[in-house]
Amino acid sequence: MQWEVVIGLETHTQLTTQTKIFSGSPTQFGAEPNTQTSPVDLALPGSLPVMNRGAVERAIQFGLAIGATIAPHSVFARKNYFYPDLPKGYQISQMDLPIVQGGRVSFAMEVDGKTEIRSVQLTRAHLEEDAGKSLHEDYQGMTGIDLNRAGTPLLEIVTEPDMRSAAEAVAYAKALHTLVTWIGICDGNMQEGSFRCDANVSVRPVGQKEFGTRCEIKNLNSFRFMEDAINYEVRRQIELIEDGGRVVQATRLYDPDKKETREMRSKENAHDYRYFPDPDLPPLVVSAEWIARVQAAMPELPGAMRERFVRDYSLSEYDAAILTQSKAMANYFEAVTVITGKEQAKPTANWLMGDVASTLNREGIEIAAAPVAPAQLALLLQRIADGTISNKIAKEVFSAMWEAKSDNATLADEVIESKGLKQISDSGALEKIVDDVLAANAKSVEEYRAGKEQAINALMGQAMKASKGKANPAQLTELLKKKLTT
Amino acid sequence: MSLELSDVTRLSMLAQIDLTDEQSAQTLEKLNGIFALVEQLTAVDTTGVEPLNHPIAMLLPDLSLRLREDKVSEPNRRDEYQQVAPATQDGLYLVPQVIE
Amino acid sequence: MHTKTIKELSDLLQAKKISATELSKLFLDRIKASDLNAFLHVDETLTLQQAAAADQRIAAGDATILTGVPIAHKDIFVTRGWRSTAGSKMLENYVSPFDATVVENFNQAGMVTLGKLNCDEFAMGSSNENSYFGAVKNPWDKTAIPGGSSGGSAAAIAARLTPASTATDTGGSIRQPAALCGVTGIKPTYGRVSRFGMIAFASSLDQGGPIAKTAEDCGLLLNAMAGFDERDSTSIERAKEDFTRDLNVPLQGLKIGIPREYFGAGLSADVEQAVRAALAEYEKLGATLVDISLPKTELSIPTYYVIAPAEASSNLSRFDGVRYGFRAKDYTDLSDMYCKTRAQGFGDEVKRRILVGAYVLSHGYYDAYYLQAQKIRRLIAQDFQEAFKKCDVIMGPVAPTVAWDLGDKADDPIANYLADIFTLSTSLAGLPGMSIPCGFGQGEKNAKRPVGLQIIGNYFAEAKLLNVAHQYQQATDWHLRQPAE
Repeated sequence: MQWEVVIGLETHTQLTTQTKIFSGSPTQFGAEPNTQTSPVDLALPGSLPVMNRGAVERAIQFGLAIGATIAPHSVFARKNYFYPDLPKGYQISQMDLPIVQGGRVSFAMEVDGKTEIRSVQLTRAHLEEDAGKSLHEDYQGMTGIDLNRAGTPLLEIVTEPDMRSAAEAVAYAKALHTLVTWIGICDGNMQEGSFRCDANVSVRPVGQKEFGTRCEIKNLNSFRFMEDAINYEVRRQIELIEDGGRVVQATRLYDPDKKETREMRSKENAHDYRYFPDPDLPPLVVSAEWIARVQAAMPELPGAMRERFVRDYSLSEYDAAILTQSKAMANYFEAVTVITGKEQAKPTANWLMGDVASTLNREGIEIAAAPVAPAQLALLLQRIADGTISNKIAKEVFSAMWEAKSDNATLADEVIESKGLKQISDSGALEKIVDDVLAANAKSVEEYRAGKEQAINALMGQAMKASKGKANPAQLTELLKKKLTT
Repeated sequence: MSLELSDVTRLSMLAQIDLTDEQSAQTLEKLNGIFALVEQLTAVDTTGVEPLNHPIAMLLPDLSLRLREDKVSEPNRRDEYQQVAPATQDGLYLVPQVIE
Repeated sequence: MHTKTIKELSDLLQAKKISATELSKLFLDRIKASDLNAFLHVDETLTLQQAAAADQRIAAGDATILTGVPIAHKDIFVTRGWRSTAGSKMLENYVSPFDATVVENFNQAGMVTLGKLNCDEFAMGSSNENSYFGAVKNPWDKTAIPGGSSGGSAAAIAARLTPASTATDTGGSIRQPAALCGVTGIKPTYGRVSRFGMIAFASSLDQGGPIAKTAEDCGLLLNAMAGFDERDSTSIERAKEDFTRDLNVPLQGLKIGIPREYFGAGLSADVEQAVRAALAEYEKLGATLVDISLPKTELSIPTYYVIAPAEASSNLSRFDGVRYGFRAKDYTDLSDMYCKTRAQGFGDEVKRRILVGAYVLSHGYYDAYYLQAQKIRRLIAQDFQEAFKKCDVIMGPVAPTVAWDLGDKADDPIANYLADIFTLSTSLAGLPGMSIPCGFGQGEKNAKRPVGLQIIGNYFAEAKLLNVAHQYQQATDWHLRQPAE
């Protein structure tokens, strides 16, 4: 039987505010346990929540970035359950009236060699508070609770069940990651849990209308794990059904070591959360003026920039998608082309996706930290264009520039000069080389003169070798032919 | 409508409050008394009536949430806060082993 | 000295006829000698420190009208130094790392804290019998309840153990004990007094207010107590006002609404007589009585007993034995620790309300109960707005009877709930309400048990209420009566 996979994602993005969503406690990662807590975060008797403007502003930015509706009037509700990392015994979240409603995220995806533009519909994005952390190392047979994270603002971003494969889910998640870091509402640090995904996975026979029973895989904090976890879960569900069993709705955890998911035995399963509007917090009202102010300050978004790159620089969808995967890379690209001119856009893209990207990978650094500045790379590209050096030599020059770690604007010329890598176009010098080569290769000369045209290639090769690759190829060929035919 | 013992058990689980069988029975009787009173509500026609979650919205219909500037105002007072804690170690609150 | 009003004490202090230290010692001695169980925690050292500071302020000439005057706080307000128990075993030894805004305000005014006052556990009750630390006795008759939940606050004023006390009102917890103890109390408009540092019972209903001997004293206290607080998102941003500004405005032409529903069956004859007599007195003062109707009065009981427990069940979830407060001794795992801690830490009525609250919010019942109650709440509030088209203030009894005997309704929640009938709707609507002494019951038992007159105003009409109460207290002396010692 043919199965169709149905995936929806819920992503918890920690917002980049200085303070918590309902208190003035700092939100830095990695502080000593419970040193970033206040009476509100600890739910001390008599404490009350006061909403952080910065968190609302970031939710508005996100809503505008995905073309969603920003609710003029949204409501905070209490989600009631007992857990030691939840000090109040309820989480303040948004239920019936979330601040961000609808919207879509579109992204480029490789489908058998071709680049396709896909788009995923969002249901909603709502503001809520993060919980603390349980440390399970044994403390005299007990669990330790650190509430530094409790009350950190989260934007929970929920999609429709629009994705049909683990690969598509990962592509969406990566695009979302790009977007939230691009607009700066989330630092995107997955190791620190700033960007965590839950995947709702179900399968159904191809052609069936209604969805199968879904399982939710919690806390996928790397794209690799996400893909593995979803693929495992899909296999598990299909095998289960094909062996005559049925999927039971449940929350599951992914174990990266065992590469499998297992059911969670905790508060998450089948619970009555008794949501009701938080009486401590009047409705959140977002004025049209506020939305307009945020809109005016919005940067160009990756999708728009991708399209512009295709349009203005006549790059391929693929190139444009790669270059707009991070704002820094996109900005670097434009900084170079503004100097070299649009006709150099394609070579620039090739260099960024080629030598530059591979060097960054090798050194494990971001483009922002690259020792070669856009203007420096631009000069190198210009030297290729004006024939000062060949593309092959340019690679050598580039790595020398990278090592030099200099901010000299004319670094490329310096390297070419000092290493003497300039192409030889001086006819005198070339004539000498050609004469030596002809003298040393009488056999090839005769063959050529006997009409075996390709014999000239051997002579070219010899001459290039003699010039250490610096000879201007066009001039060299011309000179050879002249000498051979006289 | 009247509750059954199973409801009381479910509620005591939701509220995380132990009840002995005897207490459950007494509670059941008391709750049924209260809900006999509460039943009156269901008879009232409230079609088209908005709930009043914040009483003051009667006077100020455009009541809206006040927002705080995103500035740190809470210093680290962990030691003071943990003086009243039943069990701590290395700055952590201790609870019985949690298995996820 | 202990019988004097705040106004009188203030004058003596400013004139240096008595020092804050002498005054606080005097009241501390009376508290020590009292057997009413009104105080839960007294700390002489802390009190005398504050008194000394007050004396310095007076000497330095930067005293406010309240500087040096003693006050005691309901144990629902958290305080640095003094324990904050909310009348519960759950917080038996809890000391707060911060002061409630209300406490802070009075400290800044230079008032001297005498200690913390007994109350029903988490302010849930009408008799004070739900306090883990035992009921408070009614100073007028020690076999009677003082009312609740602010029983300690009212009893301490009646017994002249303090000239001023703070209290909180969620469904009548200021007005009813004030009435049953024959003292003056006001519950302001919801949002007037900060809830920051008030241990929450039902967040959309809780409102702090003062209890004292006279309306004038209540006005002076409210001036310091009320005001915008950015730490409470439901606190209302309004310019500070002087609540005593209209005290002496004559009542000529005042229209007093008399709700039919407040004088029907269930109202005991002796209470009705005392209240009618007070209304007659108001007519003498130039007021006219207008017949009005508050048709949903009876519905306010089920409405309140759905909304308040719902909010309470959630507000009290934080008491889980993890970060502070009581934790059960023996348990097998996490859930067992929660369940035993909360079973042993909470009293019966609190547990009952938590369970009721969990039920009305739970899946399948939310719409029928909680949502329906919030809708009826709006209808109740609309009834008041209709009524205020016909009158300036509304008057009636605070409670259907005088104080009942200790133990009488101790195990009968319904009976307690029904006794709240005249105070609940005001709380649901968020309106200001007052209770002032207007006489006593009848029959050899009830004759020594006070009756309170309830005065209800429209939103932010506290100054008007105090004016109306003050004029009555100028013409009568019920508020000056005090129990035999």
